[in-house]
Amino acid sequence: MAEALAPRLAGGRERWRVGSWLTPLLLLIPACATMLGVSVYPILNGLWLSFRDTSLISQTDKFVGAANYVKLLADGQYWNAWIHTVVFTGASTLFETILGLGMALVLNEWFEARGAVRAAMLVPWAIPTVVTSQMFGWLFDGQNGLVNHILVGSGLISHNIGWYSSPDYALLTIIIADVWKTTPFMALLLLAGLQTIPRSLAEACYIDGASAWQYFWHVRLPLLMPTLLIAALLRALDAFRIFDLVYVLTGGGPADSTETLSTLTYKTLFSALQFGYGSALATAMFVTEALIALAFALFLIPRMRRTSA
Amino acid sequence: MSASRSLILPPEPRPTARQLLRRWGLRLAAFLIAAWSLGPFLWQVSTAFQPDALLMASPPHILPWPGTLEHFYNVFAVKHFQYYILNSAIVALATTAFCLVFGLLAAYALARFDVRGRFGVLGVILSISMFPQIAIVAPLYLFMSSVGLLDTYTVLVIVYLALGLPLVVWVLFGYLQSIPRDLDEAAKIDGAGPIRILVQIILPMALPGVVTTGLLAFIAAWNEFMFALSFTSGIAHQTIPVGIANFQNLYYVPWGDVAAASTVVTVPLVLLVLGFQRRIIDGLTQGAVRE
Repeated sequence: MAEALAPRLAGGRERWRVGSWLTPLLLLIPACATMLGVSVYPILNGLWLSFRDTSLISQTDKFVGAANYVKLLADGQYWNAWIHTVVFTGASTLFETILGLGMALVLNEWFEARGAVRAAMLVPWAIPTVVTSQMFGWLFDGQNGLVNHILVGSGLISHNIGWYSSPDYALLTIIIADVWKTTPFMALLLLAGLQTIPRSLAEACYIDGASAWQYFWHVRLPLLMPTLLIAALLRALDAFRIFDLVYVLTGGGPADSTETLSTLTYKTLFSALQFGYGSALATAMFVTEALIALAFALFLIPRMRRTSA
Repeated sequence: MSASRSLILPPEPRPTARQLLRRWGLRLAAFLIAAWSLGPFLWQVSTAFQPDALLMASPPHILPWPGTLEHFYNVFAVKHFQYYILNSAIVALATTAFCLVFGLLAAYALARFDVRGRFGVLGVILSISMFPQIAIVAPLYLFMSSVGLLDTYTVLVIVYLALGLPLVVWVLFGYLQSIPRDLDEAAKIDGAGPIRILVQIILPMALPGVVTTGLLAFIAAWNEFMFALSFTSGIAHQTIPVGIANFQNLYYVPWGDVAAASTVVTVPLVLLVLGFQRRIIDGLTQGAVRE
């Protein structure tokens, strides 16, 4: 049997090898061409645009060197949006990671209806962000919002707050809406990570007399760290480009108090029609994202090496 | 063995006070998580059925009683929301179909062929999915405008295809890796070509993964807002998120109508997610955990 198969096997291998470099290449072409054409090329094209004064209003389109970037560095609106974006990214990532870890720890234990709770947690993730914005617009409405009613009724605040119509609370409202929408997803990622930690470790720890807290702090958390950091990185990169929530809930206002880099860039592109300057804004954003990823990677890689060693 | 087991987390017949506390604490925490996840959505559904007078009342009514369908009437008869739904359905279904075909071919190449630098390719694909999307809006707008594709279904499908592919390729790659190679090796020896192996052997085995991935691509396309807002300009091609965002004006937001429209487009999504929850969670989490 084996002898009979051997020549066929060799023949088959041989025939396969003829096209062995061509076949996967052909298979990869549709996906890679789409991504190169619709993602990579436009990014490079945007970089090129950022050195031009392209404007659909004045109909200019010539090379201006680094003028857009010089303008950007002195642009108060840019730095205003930059600060909001960084604050939003930091706050939402932090809250979502901590709350998500808490939820994951609960879901990792057995209780009745665990599957149902897990399913419920997918609901905020699946809802369109625009719908989330409108939902929170209504919940946090200054006149008839449920949140104001509950807070006033319980005596926590004395009168209605115009949550997203006041510069003091608007960014906070957006952070709350984002935490609602994204925390469950974070929890599911962390839960998947927790489930890879063998139960026998817990038993070993408890035999050695460790408390639940010691087990969490010295065993579980370090083992979960790679998943935690990757999840936080993905979250931070996603939070940094926030657009939908802000655009629909506040439009960047009131008084620019929630303007983020994406909404500012969008307005520069489609309200002011300054495609050159808008592209410089977008490129600056791109660079910042790359720096965030790099910082995480520098922090992450040594830790992952240590865990796997 | 049995002696050592009774030392650990004892499964005792009568729960101690500590265990009872722990059990009820867990139940409370689980209830809070469910309430946090579902509360705002349920409030939106309730709002959709409440007449304006009830919505303006203080204290607010939690249940829509007496209820009304006037908001749904406004949404469909006055605002013609059915057109947005049709547009979204066309765009999202076409996107899903292309994503699955392109993604499956690519994942098959990466999982089953000796591609040099396979993880390099996957890494590049992953990093593509993380750039700020606003960075490609301007160049794409100029290009699509020059070829006359603005305000069409085609432009949205092309963009969503490119945005969806990274996740689709990653998740499908994971599924294909987990399928044993014996059968397709055998078919290969029998002289089956690569496409035949993919369609007749791998696809049937990978079907659950393909369904999950298709759902993820569909939901992403169904929910996308920024490109739909930038590239379409009328009810003929605008999708649901643009329609819902446009409900508000400067001075007055018809919260009841907004809630009705939100409910209409969200309930099918929620049912879909609840039905496929285990698969969706598996698909979404495999990348982050397996690294």
